[in-house]
Parts: sequence; C-alpha cells; structure tokens
Amino acid sequence: MRGLRLRSNIDNLLTYGLVIVAYIVMRLLIAGGNISSALQGQLVPITAYIVMAVSLNLTVGVLGELSLGHAGFMSVGAFSGVITATLLTDTIPTTWLRLALAMLVGSLIAAIFGFLIGIPVLRLQGDYLAIVTLAFGEIIKNVMNTIYLGYDKNGIRISMESANALKLDEGGKVILNGPMGAIGITKLSSFNAGFVLILITLFIVLNLINSKSGRAIKAVRDDKIAAESVGISVWRYRMMAFVTSATLAGAAGALYALNYTTVVARKFDFNTSILILVFVVLGGMGNIRGSIIAATVLTVLPEVLRAFNEVRMLVYAIILILVMLVRNNVTLRQLFQKIGIKRRNSLANNKEGDDA
Amino acid sequence: MNSEIKKTKMVPLPSQSIIPERDIAQKPILEVSRLGINFGGLAAVEDFNIAVGPTEICGIIGPNGAGKTTIFNLLTKVYQPTSGAILLDGQDTSNMNTVQINQAGIARTFQNIRLFPSLSVEDNVKIGLHNQIGYNMVSGIFRLPAFFSGERRARKRVMELLDIFDMTHLASHRAGSLPYGAQRRLELIRALATNPKLLLLDEPAAGMNPSETEELMSNIEKIRDSFQIAIMLIEHDMRLVMGICEGIAVINYGKIIAKGTPEEIQKNPLVIEAYLGKKKGKIHVKRDRDPGLLQ
Repeated sequence: MRGLRLRSNIDNLLTYGLVIVAYIVMRLLIAGGNISSALQGQLVPITAYIVMAVSLNLTVGVLGELSLGHAGFMSVGAFSGVITATLLTDTIPTTWLRLALAMLVGSLIAAIFGFLIGIPVLRLQGDYLAIVTLAFGEIIKNVMNTIYLGYDKNGIRISMESANALKLDEGGKVILNGPMGAIGITKLSSFNAGFVLILITLFIVLNLINSKSGRAIKAVRDDKIAAESVGISVWRYRMMAFVTSATLAGAAGALYALNYTTVVARKFDFNTSILILVFVVLGGMGNIRGSIIAATVLTVLPEVLRAFNEVRMLVYAIILILVMLVRNNVTLRQLFQKIGIKRRNSLANNKEGDDA
Repeated sequence: MNSEIKKTKMVPLPSQSIIPERDIAQKPILEVSRLGINFGGLAAVEDFNIAVGPTEICGIIGPNGAGKTTIFNLLTKVYQPTSGAILLDGQDTSNMNTVQINQAGIARTFQNIRLFPSLSVEDNVKIGLHNQIGYNMVSGIFRLPAFFSGERRARKRVMELLDIFDMTHLASHRAGSLPYGAQRRLELIRALATNPKLLLLDEPAAGMNPSETEELMSNIEKIRDSFQIAIMLIEHDMRLVMGICEGIAVINYGKIIAKGTPEEIQKNPLVIEAYLGKKKGKIHVKRDRDPGLLQ
C-alpha cells in the first residue's frame, strides 16, 4: 500500500540527487580547468532555463493548461530584478544579498502579473490561457522596448520618449534605455546562486505537488467537473499553480539578466517561450526530473554542435525528432521498464506492481 | 435494514412529499419546490417538487431523456435552475455554486464515471477529503507539522472508507486502471469522503451483472445506516429501485408523473404507460444507457 508513495519519495530524492551531483561534477570540472569558456558562460543560463522549465511544467504538466508566454514572466522578473539590483547598489554592498533581493522583487512582480492575467482567464474553459499568455509575452516585449528609466539623487524618473527626456542630473544613471534594454548591469549572478535557486524551485514545486494543494491541482487537470463536485474550487487551484509558476519564472528572469551587462527585451520573446515549452514536452509532462535534463541537454547541445557549424540546426532538429520517437516507442519503453527506469505515468499501470 | 421502517405508510405533505412517516417527524434534508430549467425555450425539467427525509433512500426513474440527470445537475448547480427553490437542510441554495453545494452537504456520482484517472485510488479518495484536511498551501510547501498530522489523519480515513467496499488492497493502484465495477465503487467512496448529508447516485448499477447489483444494494443500505445520510438515486434497474427505495418519483418529459412507494408505483397506470405504451403488465425497462446532458 505504501508502494506509490514510497516510489514518489524516492523519485523526488533522485531529482535532488541528480541536481546536487551535477553541481559537484561541474564544480570539479571547473576547478580542474577541464571546461571550455563557452560552456562556462552557459552555466548560469542553464540554471535559469532549468528553473523556467520546472516552473512551466507546473502549469503545463501538472495543471494541464497551455501557457505560451512563460518568457514574458521571465522578462518581467528580469527587468524588475535589474532595476532593484541597480537601485540598491549603494545601500546593500553585499553581492549575494542584493541578488537575492533582486530575485525576490522579480518574482513578486511576476507573481502580480500572473495573478492579474489569471483573474479573467482562469475562469474560462478551453485554450484561452494559451492565447492570452501568448499576447502577454508580446505586449511585455513591446512595452519594455519603449520604457526609459533612470535615477539620480532626486529619485527615479520614467519616460516613454527617450533617455534624454529623463532629464537626469549630473551623476544620474540610466537603467532601462528603451530598445537598448537594461544597460550597465553589474554582474551579480553566479553558478552557485543558480544552483541554490534550482534547489529552492525544486523544494517548492515538489512539495507543492505532493501536498493537499498539489492533489487538488492534479484533480482539476484530470476532471474539472468531478473536482468541483467534491468541493474543489477549480479557479483557486488553477490560480495557485499558475501564479507559483509565474513567480519562479520571475526569479529565473532576475538570475538570467544579472548574469550579463546588458539585457534586451527581445531576448524574452515567443521563441524563448516555445524553447522552454520544448524542454517541458521533451522532458515529459509533469516529469520534473525530465524537465531538468531536457533543459540542460538542449541548452548545451547547440554549443557542442558548433563543431558542425553548417549543419548545426539540422542535427539539433534530428536529435529532437529522435528523442520523441524513442520516448513514444512501446518496445523501447518496455525495455526501459525492465531495466528499472519507470515513467511516472505508467507506474501503477501494471497490476502486478501491487503492494510494495 | 430495518423492516419496520420500510413498511411505514407514505403520507402526503403540502409539497407532495414522498417521505415516509418516520422522517416527517424530523425536518427533511432536501426540499425542492417548483424546480425548472429551460434550454432555449425547451423545458427540460418543469415544476419538480420533492422532499427527502434525512435518512431516506429515494429513487428517480423514468424513460431515457426524461430529465433525470438534469435534476441532479440542477441540485448540484452544474446548471443554474431557471425557476424554483432548493432548500438543503433548511438552507437556501440559490446563491451557491457547485463547490459550495458540495461543502453544504450534497455529494454525487456521475453516470459516465468521472474519476481522476491518472491519480492513485488513495489520492482520489483524499481529494474527496480535501476540505476536511486542515492545512494550507504554506504548511504543505514547508512541510510544517500540520502537514504530517493532516496527511496521517487523511490516510487513516481513506483506509476506513476503502474498507467499506473491501478496496484497501487497491489503494496504490492508478484509478484509471481499475476494472469498471471498482471504478464505480471508488467514485461512490470519493463522494462519501466529502462527508455529505445527501448522496446523489446517477445510475450506480449501470453495467453491473445481477450479483454485483445485489452487492451494491446491500452496500447502499449499509452506507445509509452507518453514515445516517439520505440517498437519492437514478436507476434503470427496477430490481434495485424497487428493492431499496422507500420513495420513488417517476419522471417523463421533465415532469413528475407519479410519486409513491414502490408498490404504488408498480400499479400506477401512468407509469406503465410511460414505460410500455398502452400495454398493461409488469414494468419492463430498456437497458440502454441514458446519454444524459452532461457530456
């Protein structure tokens, strides 16, 4: 009777273990100097993408709603994080504390946007969430392209015209420069910070999924009418999953942006949303560990494939197709089951797998 | 089952109640008056009146498409009624939605089973217990002591409930992989888990063989006796309806055409006509499954 629960506990431990082992291995490789500088530059983006993939999986895999604007929340988090970090430069000199605060503010702002989108959309049935999130991503991108924001000793100034219209005093600093994006960012992010954020994300997402609230979210995914009939408010639990997902994306955005000296809004466009969705679909709906692996592999792959520069994207596409074929191949899946790699969905499918 | 109770005479109430005498002394758990709904001008249910006693088993029968499932959907607010009033335990339900109706004390099963197929049997029942598990999202994420005590209590209750139908050994199975009969039982257990005052069963015996139906009948009575709740059921299986229902309402074209004890219903010429046309005789029932309006 304990079977399924025990297996899900082991499953979660495996996920944590995977992340920790990967971190230690990377640390050792860096210490030994066995890692290319290109790959080393990818470390923080990879951790940010992992957080993005895991958080999107909460919406797409666990809640079962399609979101096509996850990069929009990343964008909101990124820019509010950059602004926070820059404004706090003098007040809080401690790097990690400033980064933590930036991520916190980024996630809060993203949460507010998630909530605002959720109020009308999550009451509706059907594909409206996909449509509205898609529009949200585009709107955020275009709005960020027109915002100029700077600060001097008199405070913060915002303009929609140009950087000069801010009329900053001597010693003032422009943070957001319209289409040029956020400029002059002090690099705060590090691989360690990314690692900690992944652990926090896993802690929140896995514990949420395996609690009363997570059960309700999965119930809503499986059958809305049945969920309502047993007294579960569909709107409330959709909102819980969606806002949690947006919050984590905001933190990932701040982490990502504070890894560069400049960040443009174009970086967080529809393509990025789809890229993250690909991580989730390829890693398996509702499969958190799969998302982590897919995000890592698919971020590293284009770098590794640089050797075949001309056919790089072709090889990338072929690998994607192959992975999908393998994942859906019955014979191969049975083989995986035999050697003990079990997919979450098929866990209790075999009736012999009775009481453990 | 107490045979004395079964024999009590039906007495008419002002609202044409079919509740037996024993329940009239107490307040009825459900009072429905002049309930109706129009779908684009078509009256799917019209002028539906019923009162159900706190521990009564009451049946709704009628030909396919008569509006039986629609009545359940109105009671649980899947559809908002266009006319009439529903009082649950004396409380007006007109401003409630499906979720609040459940919290107020009506639980139901569905004609075409609606489980959470990808979740385990245990989780399905735990979802029924959802509103009784007293910890919030924060305790869940941070694994505060409330989480552990809440989950422990929920698990204990799940096992007690599963034990009613001897399903404890299936607790870790995926609900979608269970055989048909077990899925029906699980749906009933999930509804019971929400701690209802009134349980609505939509064709609980559909697709069951005679011996399974027999078992289900004794289980329904067992549930009523041990949980002390009212049960209202839609069923085409006359053996089940006549065997366990104390009051029966017959619906045709969205209207009640007869109410009474099983004996009275069997003799009612209107009922016989509705089922068989003009021919007289024993009630025959079509076994086709009612397509319902919910799908």
